[in-house]
Amino acid sequence: MILLRLYWEFFKTGLFSVGGGLATLPFLSRMADTTGWFTHSQLADMIAVSESTPGPLGVNMATYVGFVSAGIPGAILATLGLITPSIVIILIIAAFLRSFKDNRFVKTTFYCLRPASTGLIAAAGLSVAELTLVHSNTRNAGLLNLLDWKAIILVLILLILTRRVKKTKNLHPIIWILVSAVVGIVFNFANV
Amino acid sequence: MEICYSNDNIFFINWGVQKMKQLLDLFFTFAKVGVMTFGGGYAMLPILQREVVENKKWATEEELTDYFAIGQCTPGVIAVNTATFIGQKNCGIIGGIIATIGVVFPSLVIIIILAGLITNFANLAIVKNAFAGIRVCVCVLIFNAICKLWKSSVKDRLTLCIFLAVTVASCFLNISPAIFVLVTVGIGIVLELLGKGVNKT
Repeated sequence: MILLRLYWEFFKTGLFSVGGGLATLPFLSRMADTTGWFTHSQLADMIAVSESTPGPLGVNMATYVGFVSAGIPGAILATLGLITPSIVIILIIAAFLRSFKDNRFVKTTFYCLRPASTGLIAAAGLSVAELTLVHSNTRNAGLLNLLDWKAIILVLILLILTRRVKKTKNLHPIIWILVSAVVGIVFNFANV
Repeated sequence: MEICYSNDNIFFINWGVQKMKQLLDLFFTFAKVGVMTFGGGYAMLPILQREVVENKKWATEEELTDYFAIGQCTPGVIAVNTATFIGQKNCGIIGGIIATIGVVFPSLVIIIILAGLITNFANLAIVKNAFAGIRVCVCVLIFNAICKLWKSSVKDRLTLCIFLAVTVASCFLNISPAIFVLVTVGIGIVLELLGKGVNKT
């Protein structure tokens, strides 16, 4: 039963996520809420693993979520669910390629869809940030304890290195993921 | 026992072998593209250019750009959409399906192995600390990705309004992202019907 639901949930994700890359994130975030197959903090880990392994991000995420939810069959069915709408839609479009690309309705619709997709990713990104940077169990312990200061300092350093410093700006994300893992281990980020 | 093929049979067997070879070629080429793509999407374009245009000559540079553009503005993963296109062009519908399975195959294998390992070691303090650090990095990576997407998607007052409305609404309302996509498609169609589409500018 869970396998069918996995296929169906990822079918919907493949059908409605536009723009590639992180476009599947808002759908997965919603899936964590509605199905309880995985938690939001697991989702953040999955993004990290998907970014640091070969393959399209959306496919990696689907495989990972499927595996965590229902083992190897889950991984396969989630991935198949994600790619089924793509295959069907592209095979249809391939039949009348030119008229699709130049159609004015298609153009305007996607002109509007792109910022909507960005907005959805931004909202999903905010919930990942909240999870990482705000202590959930110290809500009434004052402002200073509310925020995870170690994490925020690392955020600021990474922002500067990935956006402002010319030498490090274009390094591959996997390097930042590895550096952050080491920083996490050295400074005991999980507080264990 | 006498084995006798008519000309027709030989033709069909040859045709079958040929087709099989083509499909295998599609599968392995796209599996290679899948292995070499980190992060997907735009990272895939230079690799496709080398494998599909220069090595295999399955498509011209212009065709590839077309497929990629359409892959971006159709639902689904861009890498998958592009693979379906090129496979379909070379080997019909079966080709489209095989190329797509090829591009996702390495992901399936690699992620299943890694996810299995991580699940087994998730309780070690060192793994917990590493992922706590990595999660911070993921926030920054998402932020950087949004900044890039912002540049290519928010271009005028209309797109800014859509971005803000969707961000705020999906932060505070408990609605499926699919609803936002459908509503936005509706807005696009209405705008075009009113003669206020992008073609005017």
